[in-house]
Amino acid sequence: MDVLVCVKRVPMVGGKVVLTADGQEVDTRMSGFTVSPHEECAVEEAVQITERSGGTVTVLTLGPPEAAEQLRDMLALGAHRGILLETDGREWGPVATAAAIAAAVGELGPGAFPLIMAGNEAADTGGYQVGIRVAHALGRPCVTGIKRLEVAGDVLRAWREYGGGQEGFEVALPAVVGVKEGINLPRYPSLPGRLRAKRAEITVLRPAWQADGLRKVALRVPAGSAQRASVLGHGAEAVPELMRVLGEMGLLAPVGVTGRDGVVA
Amino acid sequence: MSSRAVLCLVELDNGDLAAASQRALAVARSLAVDPSPGSPSAGALTAVVFGVAGQLAESVAVDLARHGATELCLVSAEGLTGYAPVAWARGLEQLAAQRTAAAVVAAATDHGSEVLAHCGALTGLPVAANCVAAAATGDGTWQLVRQRWAGSLLEEAVLEAPCALLTVAADAAAGDLTALAPATAGHGVPVVKFTPSLQEADLRVRATESAEQGGGLSLATARVVIGGGRGVGGPEGFAALEELAGLLGGVVGVSRVVTSQGWRPHRQQVGQTGTKISPELYLACGISGAIQHMAGCQSARHIVVVNTDPDAPIMSRADYAVIGDLNEVIPALVAAIRETAGQG
Ligand SMILES: Cc1cc2nc3c(=O)[nH]c(=O)nc-3n(C[C@H](O)[C@H](O)[C@H](O)COP(=O)(O)OP(=O)(O)OC[C@H]3O[C@@H](n4cnc5c(N)ncnc54)[C@H](O)[C@@H]3O)c2cc1C
Ligand SMILES: Nc1ncnc2c1ncn2[C@@H]1O[C@H](COP(=O)(O)O)[C@@H](O)[C@H]1O
Repeated sequence: MDVLVCVKRVPMVGGKVVLTADGQEVDTRMSGFTVSPHEECAVEEAVQITERSGGTVTVLTLGPPEAAEQLRDMLALGAHRGILLETDGREWGPVATAAAIAAAVGELGPGAFPLIMAGNEAADTGGYQVGIRVAHALGRPCVTGIKRLEVAGDVLRAWREYGGGQEGFEVALPAVVGVKEGINLPRYPSLPGRLRAKRAEITVLRPAWQADGLRKVALRVPAGSAQRASVLGHGAEAVPELMRVLGEMGLLAPVGVTGRDGVVA
Repeated sequence: MSSRAVLCLVELDNGDLAAASQRALAVARSLAVDPSPGSPSAGALTAVVFGVAGQLAESVAVDLARHGATELCLVSAEGLTGYAPVAWARGLEQLAAQRTAAAVVAAATDHGSEVLAHCGALTGLPVAANCVAAAATGDGTWQLVRQRWAGSLLEEAVLEAPCALLTVAADAAAGDLTALAPATAGHGVPVVKFTPSLQEADLRVRATESAEQGGGLSLATARVVIGGGRGVGGPEGFAALEELAGLLGGVVGVSRVVTSQGWRPHRQQVGQTGTKISPELYLACGISGAIQHMAGCQSARHIVVVNTDPDAPIMSRADYAVIGDLNEVIPALVAAIRETAGQG
């Protein structure tokens, strides 16, 4: 089966988010780029499916020319082909993104990619919708939040966590699935994988940008997220102070043994 | 602008209003207020509940009144049992059309996020996910603040649409809860019923719920979480953390480095792509404090850190810190707790 996996290039932010002076973007002069762990897991799942039962994995991204780098990272994990929906660097909203992805798939004919996978949500903008919009545009069923997947013939079974248990779904292919990290443990890229990725051809399409009804005005780092921890001490010598603090928090009373006033509960 | 109705998808938790839905109601309530100068008035706020078989507890209707709802709408249809995301979206879409609703709001839970995304796809309207605040401007647009990077960053945005579709972050400050009507008022909102017309395709995706996994404390709700990161050094290092967690009635949570190394399973991961926790105490050991990790523990009441690096980013997000090797500090803490317990 041929599987399409959608991934999004996002800045690799570490300990602190720094914004550009105009507050419009995350400052990426010092950072690299990556994709969401959800999407990396979707690629791994797709690769495993094709390893078991044949077919190919195509990775697709909509982003600036540099997003080819993320496609090559995914090719190194075992994907076979890449499609870049190249933009001029402007931010695309979820409605336009989904329309461009659906159009690219639609052009390949109704039989293309019986299984389309996406992350449950993009790491940066977290819109929780691109996969679902792609599914509607293509007239396919969609399940999201998926942490376990089985494909048997034309039937896809998928499970996600819900409350303390699981919710299961069964849909007919072709379908769209939104994946969450934890569905598998992605492999590390192999050396031959990296070499193959370097040489692989990437198809480039250039969809036209469209305005979204949701318009960014500015970004800001939430207030109150920077304080300074008070240092209780160094090494094991700090343990008495640590015990005092835990005691103040009321955490040192044996749990579930005695209630208030020492009465056995 | 006359005040138009606002719909809020409400989820129940063991028969009560789910906490996330209470937050969604707070935001929905702020949208139901007509901002036009001179005539501020509260419009209708309809709480929408799907798939309730039989009677809903009267306490829910009372609780909804306290949260500012003016009506409870129970949606049911033939073949609609349990969770069916497209059918739920269809129900909201048709109800919104019937009431010419100004906005449809849901909590950003797994169900709420998914259903609103389907509403967006069915109607072609934009959806603003994970809002923490929203207000009508009076000129037909909405001013929003929404989370990016799971809350590590906020986006101020303008939404322009004939009907605002939005989800409310599950960890958003719960709005002005002091403005709630007193519980003693005792009056529940009136209950109405609505039956959407569904097509077969709307019921293609339906959940079958399997039993709770049961047993053990859950990471999401634990009162104490002992966190371990790369600094733990390997799978063996977690024995001491487990022991400490056991003594404090808590559970172990880990960073992504730990799960991607395969040291611990992903269900123990705290963070943006793991579990969000809200314990009394998060004791983070050998964790640097990447924003994606901190996004999962920003609701912790207290954060205490054990780290060899006094300049680790997590130091600026914690209440207390012990500078040192966790391999020394944790066993010493375990011994001290055992000693105190022995004396008691
Ligand atoms: C989109 C996206 C989503 C992500 N989601 C998550 C997520 O959900 N959860 C998550 O955790 N991460 C997530 N990450 C990864 C995140 O960016 C960091 O890479 C990760 O959290 C770092 O883990 P760490 O703190 O254990 O490791 P490191 O950053 O390597 O930090 C190790 C720390 O241990 C300290 N240390 C070392 N030895 C000792 C010792 N003996 N005693 C005490 N301290 C010691 C060091 O000083 C250092 O501060 C995500 C990343 C991306 C891009
Ligand atoms: N620019 C993009 N290019 C490719 N895939 C994307 C893009 N944006 C979003 N997606 C996919 O859609 C999922 C959900 O995104 P979102 O709805 O934006 O949170 C992501 O995890 C990706 O798999």
